[in-house]
Amino acid sequence: MKTILASTIATTALLMASSAMAATEIQWWHAMTGANNEVVDQLAKEFNESQKDYKIVPVFKGTYPETLNAGIAAFRAKQPPAIIQVFDAGSGVMMGAQGAIVPVADVLTKGGFKFDKAAYLPGIVAYYSKPDGTMLSFPYNSSSPILYYNRDIFQKAGLDAANPPKTWPDVFEAAKKIKTSGAASCGFTSTWLTWIQTENLAAWNNVSYGSNENGLGGVDVKLAFNSDFFVKHFQSIADLAKDGTFRYGGRTSEAKQLFTSGECGILTESSGGLGDIVKSGMNYGIGQLPYYEGYGRPQNTIPGGASLWVFAGKSDAEYKGTAAFFNFLSQTKIQARLHQVSGYLPVTMAAYDETKTSDFYQKNPGRETPIQQMLGKAPTANSKGVRLVNLPQVRDIMNEEFESMLAGKQDAKTALNKAVERGNAAIQQAIGK
Amino acid sequence: MQSVVFPNKILPYFLVVPQIVLTVVFFFWPAGQALYQSAMREDPFGLQSGFVGLANFRQILADPNYLHAVQVTVVFSVATAVLSMAVALILANAADLVVRGKGLYRTMLIIPYAVAPAVAGMLWLFMFNPSMGTLAYLLRRNGIAWDPLLNGDQAMVLVVVAAAWKQISYNFLFFVAGLQAIPKSLLEAAAIDGARGSRRFWTIVFPLLAPTTFFLLVVNTVYAFFDTFGIIHSVTGGGPAKATETLVYKVYNDGFVNLNLGSSAAQSVVLMVIVIGLTAFQFRFVERRVHYG
Repeated sequence: MKTILASTIATTALLMASSAMAATEIQWWHAMTGANNEVVDQLAKEFNESQKDYKIVPVFKGTYPETLNAGIAAFRAKQPPAIIQVFDAGSGVMMGAQGAIVPVADVLTKGGFKFDKAAYLPGIVAYYSKPDGTMLSFPYNSSSPILYYNRDIFQKAGLDAANPPKTWPDVFEAAKKIKTSGAASCGFTSTWLTWIQTENLAAWNNVSYGSNENGLGGVDVKLAFNSDFFVKHFQSIADLAKDGTFRYGGRTSEAKQLFTSGECGILTESSGGLGDIVKSGMNYGIGQLPYYEGYGRPQNTIPGGASLWVFAGKSDAEYKGTAAFFNFLSQTKIQARLHQVSGYLPVTMAAYDETKTSDFYQKNPGRETPIQQMLGKAPTANSKGVRLVNLPQVRDIMNEEFESMLAGKQDAKTALNKAVERGNAAIQQAIGK
Repeated sequence: MQSVVFPNKILPYFLVVPQIVLTVVFFFWPAGQALYQSAMREDPFGLQSGFVGLANFRQILADPNYLHAVQVTVVFSVATAVLSMAVALILANAADLVVRGKGLYRTMLIIPYAVAPAVAGMLWLFMFNPSMGTLAYLLRRNGIAWDPLLNGDQAMVLVVVAAAWKQISYNFLFFVAGLQAIPKSLLEAAAIDGARGSRRFWTIVFPLLAPTTFFLLVVNTVYAFFDTFGIIHSVTGGGPAKATETLVYKVYNDGFVNLNLGSSAAQSVVLMVIVIGLTAFQFRFVERRVHYG
């Protein structure tokens, strides 16, 4: 009897509590870890404290690919979150799902806000829009790959710690010197071989990745990353991997650990990785993403990172809350802070201008590098971005072939030829041919 | 033979209802769904789908990656079952010889069984991860080029050891029980006849453990086939270059990562057929030859 009474009281209390805080809950699924996860929680907290009607609930769902898959599974089970963070490679997947998502411009209209495209950085708007110009997702964290180096290791190896290597041949030479001088056990490593060493390598050096403007012009794409240019680059990496001058960390951002632990002297990684590198307390430096010398190079890098998508089939209250949250996020002071704390790019022009007029870039040299890389030149057909309906799958195929290449089982030419052949077959299947 | 008849006509059905409901909900319904999906092709979000007949099956059977996964599964399952049973048998014998603190040793040997697969995977990953693992560091310092991120054989060894480690406790329990069931008089008689330790083991203990061993063989094979997903997922993710991608992992990867649900469903149907066949074979042919003392 006592327990029944107690539980009745508890239930009543719960009911009263939940009716007291009638705020509409809005689920936000994301893939941010470490320092960037703290930013997500902080933003949600600030938004929730700024008003009473809506409550943003951030939920960590694993790596980028895992988050996307969790969202799709939830949609199939008719339990999707309102907001989901989808990484660059997943954009094509989401765009292919008309009816599963609501374009971000429509969401803002539902909430009584205006979506002003001109306020956002043009390269980012183009990447997250349909060919007809409808903006589909809200750019949350945009990034660009850059080069990080360990100043202490550079000094020990007798390299110039004030000037990081600019071209890939220079990087390979520096890596060899780090290894042979014993300054570190590994010269160079890279996160995301697919995004940095293939997709951005192509854009940055103005070389074709695939037909149809790398997929931005249409879904039927023939991959082209097995040309001599790519073969030469990957063969150099495979050769360095033989004696451990290059070390492989994993398919996503695992290699960052090899850099922060001091095992490797040079790292190419997203500008968004900065938070963790700062947190590790190491003596690091930043440089431009390396390129190969040639006419008109470097071109421009393509947007990476992730954007926020809104699922279809939610209640009006949830859309209104989502719109209010997006409006909150696009405030200049929030955007400027996001950029300065996390290393992600400011997505609005106003935030970029504000950071420029403050003395942030003078105090933090190199922090403007990722923005300049992306905005420095008008993009060509090779450098607008990469969009495939099944890019995550194609990336996995590439990763498998790269792994087998780095293990010494095949050379770069074979690996890239196989990746292109398997990738093309997967694309054809995915577009239903 | 006395025939047993329940006087009540309804009660027996009522009593088996929970079991039947469970079987229908957790076996027949999903199995039926898999059969249905295996004949369809669908987009990732489930917005459009179409009937394709046996096309999904034709495709997977012609896929060299699928045949590779079959091979990986066989190697993985055999290695895991043999390793975990051999170690468990050795430990059970050793625990049987302990005079003091038997209970303590046994309890401690059972602990790994209570560890969830994903946790067990993370445990081994932390020890042997090339960038942060303590034991990986020791291996490398001793001149072993330890890199399961790229070396497929090393990755396989790592998942086999992790999977076997978790199953040792279970096997250990059954072997201990089996050993206790062997009459002491038999062993004493053999000892009087002059049979030494290893001879006593191979001629008396091992044959008398055959029923236990057979039972464990079935359980371990099923375990290696189906319950090791968590370990593979957390340790290697099927990599490097598909070196540890078993059939079950491929079902997950093609279905939930590559979002090719038709192919994934077809693969699980094939898996279902394999398991039904395997179980039937084991019970029909292997069981007959086992001596149930």
